[in-house]
Amino acid sequence: MNRKTIIPIGPYHPLQEEPEFFELEMEGEKVIDINVHIGYNHRSIEKIAESKTFDQMVFLVERICGICSTSHPIANCNAVEDLARIEIPERARYIRSIVGELERLHSHLLWAGLAGHFIGYNTLWMWIWKYREPILEIFEAVTGNRNHYAMMIPGGVRRDIKEEDIPFLSKGLDEAERKIDMVTKAVLDDPVLAARLKGVGILSREDAINYCAVGPTARASGIPIDVRRDDPYAAYDLVDWKIITQEEGDVFAKVVVRLLECFESIKIIRQCLKMLRTVKGEIAAKVKEIPPGEGIGHHEAPRGEVFHYVRSDGSNMPVRLKVRAPTYVNLPTCKATVPGESVADAAIILAAIDPCYCCTERIVTINKRTGQRELNGQDLLRLSRKKTEKICKNMGRRNV
Amino acid sequence: MNKLWALKKSIWVYHLCSGSCNNCDIEILDCLTPKFDLERFGILLVGSIRHADAILATGSISRKALPRIKRVYEQMPQPKLVIAVGGCACSGGIFKNAYNIVGPFDKIVPVTAYVPGCPPKPEAIIDGVVKVINSL
Ligand code: SF4
Repeated sequence: MNRKTIIPIGPYHPLQEEPEFFELEMEGEKVIDINVHIGYNHRSIEKIAESKTFDQMVFLVERICGICSTSHPIANCNAVEDLARIEIPERARYIRSIVGELERLHSHLLWAGLAGHFIGYNTLWMWIWKYREPILEIFEAVTGNRNHYAMMIPGGVRRDIKEEDIPFLSKGLDEAERKIDMVTKAVLDDPVLAARLKGVGILSREDAINYCAVGPTARASGIPIDVRRDDPYAAYDLVDWKIITQEEGDVFAKVVVRLLECFESIKIIRQCLKMLRTVKGEIAAKVKEIPPGEGIGHHEAPRGEVFHYVRSDGSNMPVRLKVRAPTYVNLPTCKATVPGESVADAAIILAAIDPCYCCTERIVTINKRTGQRELNGQDLLRLSRKKTEKICKNMGRRNV
Repeated sequence: MNKLWALKKSIWVYHLCSGSCNNCDIEILDCLTPKFDLERFGILLVGSIRHADAILATGSISRKALPRIKRVYEQMPQPKLVIAVGGCACSGGIFKNAYNIVGPFDKIVPVTAYVPGCPPKPEAIIDGVVKVINSL
């Protein structure tokens, strides 16, 4: 007799802020398999990008995800700069790193708070989000907006960080560091959190490699990968910082990695701010035209590597933009971590990769009930080949 | 309208995301945290649509989410208040002409109030909800 039960989580579920749908196959209390359905958030950004100019595209990719809202622009600008062989001014490199790291700070704190919420520890949530506010205030002072900073443009940055802003920034950072330090100590010593999170949802080193995990998910399993070090851009090779790894691979290790990374971020920002006092000059290189060709760019977003590919035919609009967000590769690791755990732990394990579905949404699969066919892998492959051929033909080239 | 006076005391809201960039959603959650503290106005975020008086809607409705959104709306008890939060929900925003977008929200369900911005600040969201309460 088949005693399997299926528990659906989503698409609209109180625990999730974004629509996504998990099917947990259960045997008693134990999860034996998990299926993920995404696509509720697909907004066809790659297609819209083809109707935007290179400058506008940056604002568009910013709206891929509200939490990584500077990661996508940095990766995109890196790609366009790679395509057009643009060297960005040194001051712009420091400013990019500052904004990128501030974002990591706010994103990691946001996740830590939500993780508390997921295990029913709302005190932690309220507490951490309260300490996240000063970072948003810094953002508002420096970039003009709490989220969606609109700081990047191909060739540099749009706004300078002024001399008089620096004391405010440093003060805010000192404050934030003290608070994060307090939270970190409290979280690491908390017996409740340890009991709830240690040894739960272990992602082994082998699995992390097999599933190509990136970012904190991989680093918590003992794999020291980080694009900031492996292929430096912005100012990451000009400052001193280190990669945080943990060996255990469980949810607790992921918490530790993220919280400790906050201190590295603060360290990077401090060094960049110091350099801003001496490195003066332009904040953006002049970009006259984008030649035909293709470029790639990446950035270590708070969740892992985000990758952008841009192809141009020499006009002012790209002919193709391709985005690969970190959750896209991190999400399948739930196949390795969730089965075998109890249903109560499933939510926090799923949340432990810091999923961001609006980044991940790839393709629209239309429900059968509405009478339209869902696309399968083969269809997608065929479509993508057809498209590449078309682009190649339009560009007058035979191969990719 | 007199029947609505009960809502004036404490309005319970449900957060419905339908293809947003997550930022409006984060700002809605931010409203709950100590700095903004939505609950001092009696506004409470609830987990189930069946308990809710108002929907805080974000995002510009993707095709896949559309049938679910309609279902959620139908399950909501009367009177159905819908507050569209963010440029996407109000007008489609930057995603207006995308192939997978059927929104904005007022094409699908009647909308009571609009809070524009990309994303609107938590103050604006609170202001929007409070204005709705006062207009009841
Ligand atoms: S209005 Fe702006 S911030 Fe809000 S969901 Fe849309 S793109 Fe994101």
